[in-house]
Amino acid sequence: MARTTMLRRYATGIFALGLLLAACGEDVTSTGGDSSKLSGSISVDGSSTVGPLTAAAAELFQVDNPNVKITVGTSGTGGGFVKLCSGEIDMEDASRPIEKDDETEAPACKANGIAYEEIQIANDGISLVTNKDNEWAKCLTTAQLKKIWAPDSKVTNWKQVDSTFPDEKLTLFGAGTSSGTFDFFTKAVNGEEGSSRSDYNATEDDNVTVQGVSGDKGALGYFGLSYYEANKDKLNVVAVDDGDGCVSPSTATVQNGDYSPLARPLFIYPSVALLDRPEGLAFVEFYVKNSENIALETLFVPLTEAQLQTSLAAVQKPVASGTTTKS
Amino acid sequence: MSLLEPDLDSVVRLPRQSARRRVSDRAFLIVLIISFGLALAGLVALLWYVFDTGLPAFGPRLWRRFPSLNPAISGARSAVFGTLWVLAVTAVLAVPIGIGAAVYLEEFAPADKWYTRWIALNIQNLAGVPSIVYGILGLAFIARGPIDLGPVVLTGGIILALLVLPIVIIASREAIRAVPESLRHGSFALGATRLQTARRQVLPAAVPGIATGVILALSRAIGEAAPLIMIGAFTYVPFNPTGLDSKFTVLPIQIFDWIGRPQEGFTQLAAAACILLLVILLVMNAIAIWLRNRYEQRW
Repeated sequence: MARTTMLRRYATGIFALGLLLAACGEDVTSTGGDSSKLSGSISVDGSSTVGPLTAAAAELFQVDNPNVKITVGTSGTGGGFVKLCSGEIDMEDASRPIEKDDETEAPACKANGIAYEEIQIANDGISLVTNKDNEWAKCLTTAQLKKIWAPDSKVTNWKQVDSTFPDEKLTLFGAGTSSGTFDFFTKAVNGEEGSSRSDYNATEDDNVTVQGVSGDKGALGYFGLSYYEANKDKLNVVAVDDGDGCVSPSTATVQNGDYSPLARPLFIYPSVALLDRPEGLAFVEFYVKNSENIALETLFVPLTEAQLQTSLAAVQKPVASGTTTKS
Repeated sequence: MSLLEPDLDSVVRLPRQSARRRVSDRAFLIVLIISFGLALAGLVALLWYVFDTGLPAFGPRLWRRFPSLNPAISGARSAVFGTLWVLAVTAVLAVPIGIGAAVYLEEFAPADKWYTRWIALNIQNLAGVPSIVYGILGLAFIARGPIDLGPVVLTGGIILALLVLPIVIIASREAIRAVPESLRHGSFALGATRLQTARRQVLPAAVPGIATGVILALSRAIGEAAPLIMIGAFTYVPFNPTGLDSKFTVLPIQIFDWIGRPQEGFTQLAAAACILLLVILLVMNAIAIWLRNRYEQRW
């Protein structure tokens, strides 16, 4: 029967497609020399801010260790901790320390017998920038920032921010809602992740913010500190007063946390079980030792020498399985 | 003469009616054209943006190279193959089950019983459930929970199959319902059983409509990111899937990841990956249309 043949042909087609995919899937993915004896698979999940750092570390590590398969997910810091503490993943990327009281985090790890190490891997800082001709907004308080960026904010003029400011239209530039910068900024300024006014120029491409702010006298924008440092000559930076006086963002003030609340440390949480595996220990050690280059490549602020030594010590210290070092 | 009378009547009445009719006719036409224009403008703007941004970055490296921290040498090889794998699993699961369910509902199920109507109604409701809900279901029952497959190709395929099943069923039912009743009667009259009639007469006649439904369903599946992120599909995967139990990523997830990066190169890459996704979709549709046309001629 014609249709039977047809069905058979359809089935054969599907089968052939499967074979083709399987054949392609078996492609050797390594390009470098197979000098390393390490093999295995490491799955990492967590913060979308830290994700690019870990992906960069994985990419560099795999050049010499092509048989170690590292996958990085970005389901968020909270979601990642749930997965770490249920044993689904080997390492968590976190943009904040683990919660001691949240049922799904530290207590869950303890209940499931999952031990982990907390290792700082980089620093993250957000800079607020204005136009070169902006003579008035040298320092803003956190209250003023909240007034400008609150979800129900009606502020459209600098005069509304502070009566001593000139009568100049306020144009806002900021991060798009899918970026880690947006999550961090909204949490730090408005107290809740994702809570922000929406009538601003949102872009994931920080160059757009650079151009927008440098071309508009009344503009205010924010992005990662490294972008300000790369465009120092075109923009003014705004110091932030969190109650202890005005602090300008810089590598130093982000590293030591003085630039509050827009600076934070970034962490990885490898499970102790991962560090007990040779490929796991090698990867995490590689990650920490190369953290400066990785941070600079991915536009974050590297660790200080002291932070680096602390992190290295956390990786290398002999650990007794089944105990968390942070409790 | 008597034949002409009604005609004369209508000729006399025509101008009065048509003045009003013409206005409403024209107004309706204008509304339709505006609607069409808006839809088209949106599509053109979107395509223009994607091609304008993405074309410079489009090239073989997209499917030859794995993702990298350097946008200049980064590609989406693992995402392309992940997409094809997951889609193949989706098709293998959703197409036979969907068509089977449609054949049962149209040809075998008692149409006048409450439970048949209840099932049909629920399938229609399922078609409107947001995809993230399927992701949560998949996370709780398939990736973890009783089935506990983990975030692998098979899990992704099952979730997307569940997601598009209602579309396949509804489209297949429509196609089967459009097969003329005389065809079934003819088949019965020649002594064929219900099964023979469904298999040899109804189903082949309905294939073009079913194929269209399958295309629509797979087109929806190929663009989904949310349910796959939910089940824990990874963002950075430096290898192709090797089997149903492989970890994977798909193009929409890769695009979403690139969009969130601050470097300009990744924005271009994201747009280029959108073009690639469109190309894969069009190739798939072309194959389905070719199959459909070939099949129509044979019947």
